[in-house]
Amino acid sequence: MQKRFMAIWFRHLTTDWLTLKKPELKNVPFVFVTPERNRIIITAANPVAEAQGVYSGMAAADAQAVTLNLQGLDHIPGKEARLLRQLGLWCIRYSPIVAVDLPNGLILDISGCAHLWGGEREYLKEIVNKLRLSGYDARAAIADTAGAAWAVARYGKKTPIIASGEQANALLDLPPAALRLEPPVLDKLQKLGFRTIKSFIEIPRTVLRRRFGEPFLLRLAQALGLGDEPLVPLIPPVPYAERLPCLEPIRTKTGIEIAIRTLLEDLCTRLRSEGKGVRKAILKCYRIDGKIVQAAITTNRGSHSVSHLSRLFELQISKIEPALGIELFLLEAPKVEDVAILQEKLWAGNPGLQDTALAELLDRLAGKVGASAIRRYLPAEHYWPERSIRPAVSLTEVPSTKWRLDRPRPLRLLRRPEPVEVMALLPDYPPKVFTYKGKRHVVEKADGPERIEREWWRDKGEHRDYYAVEDSDGQRYWLFRSGHYEASPQWYLHGFFA
Amino acid sequence: MIMIAAPDRTALISRLQKDILQWEGYRPPPAGTNELMGLGPVESAFPNGVFPLGTVHELVCGNTEQATACGGFVTGLLSTLMQNGGACLWIGLAGNLFPLALRTFGVEPDRVIFITLTKDKDVLWVMEEALKCAGLAAAVCEVKEIDFKQSRRLQLAVEQSHVTGFILRNRSAKMGSTACAARWNIRSLPSGQRDGVPGLGCPRWQIELLRVRNGQPGSWIMEWSGGKFRQVDGQMVEQEKLMAG
Repeated sequence: MQKRFMAIWFRHLTTDWLTLKKPELKNVPFVFVTPERNRIIITAANPVAEAQGVYSGMAAADAQAVTLNLQGLDHIPGKEARLLRQLGLWCIRYSPIVAVDLPNGLILDISGCAHLWGGEREYLKEIVNKLRLSGYDARAAIADTAGAAWAVARYGKKTPIIASGEQANALLDLPPAALRLEPPVLDKLQKLGFRTIKSFIEIPRTVLRRRFGEPFLLRLAQALGLGDEPLVPLIPPVPYAERLPCLEPIRTKTGIEIAIRTLLEDLCTRLRSEGKGVRKAILKCYRIDGKIVQAAITTNRGSHSVSHLSRLFELQISKIEPALGIELFLLEAPKVEDVAILQEKLWAGNPGLQDTALAELLDRLAGKVGASAIRRYLPAEHYWPERSIRPAVSLTEVPSTKWRLDRPRPLRLLRRPEPVEVMALLPDYPPKVFTYKGKRHVVEKADGPERIEREWWRDKGEHRDYYAVEDSDGQRYWLFRSGHYEASPQWYLHGFFA
Repeated sequence: MIMIAAPDRTALISRLQKDILQWEGYRPPPAGTNELMGLGPVESAFPNGVFPLGTVHELVCGNTEQATACGGFVTGLLSTLMQNGGACLWIGLAGNLFPLALRTFGVEPDRVIFITLTKDKDVLWVMEEALKCAGLAAAVCEVKEIDFKQSRRLQLAVEQSHVTGFILRNRSAKMGSTACAARWNIRSLPSGQRDGVPGLGCPRWQIELLRVRNGQPGSWIMEWSGGKFRQVDGQMVEQEKLMAG
């Protein structure tokens, strides 16, 4: 069967995208610019700017001279590739093989597709109209070869559909640039006076090869259908999801367990082959009465172990209410990450926080009691006791600074300091007696004061003078006086020493 | 009836006692493991003279001050258990433990994972799961009440994994028997003076072993100084009192 190709050309790809995002730019001339060899060069211009004589490759200073209020925006590297990938994925509805053709086109292998839309003319009209309606200025052409379709889409003046076997005739009147040649070769052709393809197509190949090199002949052959041109098709990402429809509605715990296991086995086989692990998984149960019940699990570290994940789901089964029965199970993994394959230790050491068993234990605990209850702390660079620690983000985060040891800190620190009544001999002395929760403590020994100032750039208030005291029973406390001793100061108990 | 000579009988009984210890989950210690935890004379109160690891210990605390003293003592023990890079789980009811202070007792606070819960039931569930996990060095939990059945479950969990568990019993109303290997009571004592310098000395505790399975209960005075436990005998206390006047 004769192959047919379609080339789509987006004349203003990036500027169309920005106009879609910011409709107020529709009637404003704007360009994308990038610095190149100490000059600011235009990489793309919108139709309004082009109408005023601005073209890409022009220096921005020249463009500003010819155009009033031209807006220059920074070129976004890699934006074309991302846009073309999105558009290409959208085009998969028209043909299974869609390839991105940088910098501004797509190539579709449409062999055997066009008749579904009632012929090539209707097919082409449908695609171009849809793209134009969605805001992208597109031109397309169909031919036997990708090269010919590319040439006609960009330089063709007559018809966009080249009948089978007619590509050589269609190319004759087009300029050499339609052959996708390198700029030096184009310059050379220009100098030699070859303005159209017609003027050199009859020249013997050996002569052309000597003058213009092998790539030139390859491009020519590809356009005429004499050489192969492989396309790299876009492959849409397949979501990590598994379905399990049930013949009979499932109502029992055992049934749900078996369903979860079956789904996990399928999912984990795929994850393992791709070297990925689940961070978050959602089980959706579609019930007979039309409602959907969900159970979600999260892990601290990517996992593709069926036994571990099914244990995490087992803790959630009690939350799944089957009612009249579940007819479809859907397991989705919206968050996956790469899993490093660890070399297992030959003899058991003490791996500490890096231990897989510990990570799995914490996943199970998080499933039962909630992740907010589980905390690990790292030192923070603050003297203020409440701020001297901060929760760690992950299990593997290491302290960036050392734990301080130079000052005594109580093993138990009250969330809020509790006011105590105090008797001190002299204003600036440690207290002699203090009453906490109705009990009188006689202070025998005391250390201090340690003054800790408030961080004025964070909050306002008095500083604290801390004393470590020991009462007659040998119990040790951390007391502080808020502020100076002049006015009647308030004393607080803030912690207990071991 | 077969008559057994007297020396034979004592040998037989001591062998039987050793067997019973093994059946109860005590493994005979490898040679040269005396003073495992640096607790000195306290360790000789345990069977075979070795601090039992891979078991559950309970510590009785009557009030917050005592609970803090227990916390300090347990942290001192943890420093030995975690010295080769292990991690520890600290399951608390109130959650007002100050991680920074763990460093004082030789534990890297970032290797301790804190779990804050409100219900005894949840604490015991988490504790059981933690004790089953062989990747941990130790697990500590604070509960109000624990009955024999629950403590038995914890004991069964550690027999598989050989993790050491510590239960801090806060203000328990009743003190029933449990399956724990030892029951401790820790009280703060007035600290000694550091080289005659006024102010607070090293933390000092009265350590009481109320109950030891197959061991001898007793009472000692210990203090934490220079990164390890040190026994304080009665004479030293008297001397310090005299010096203080």
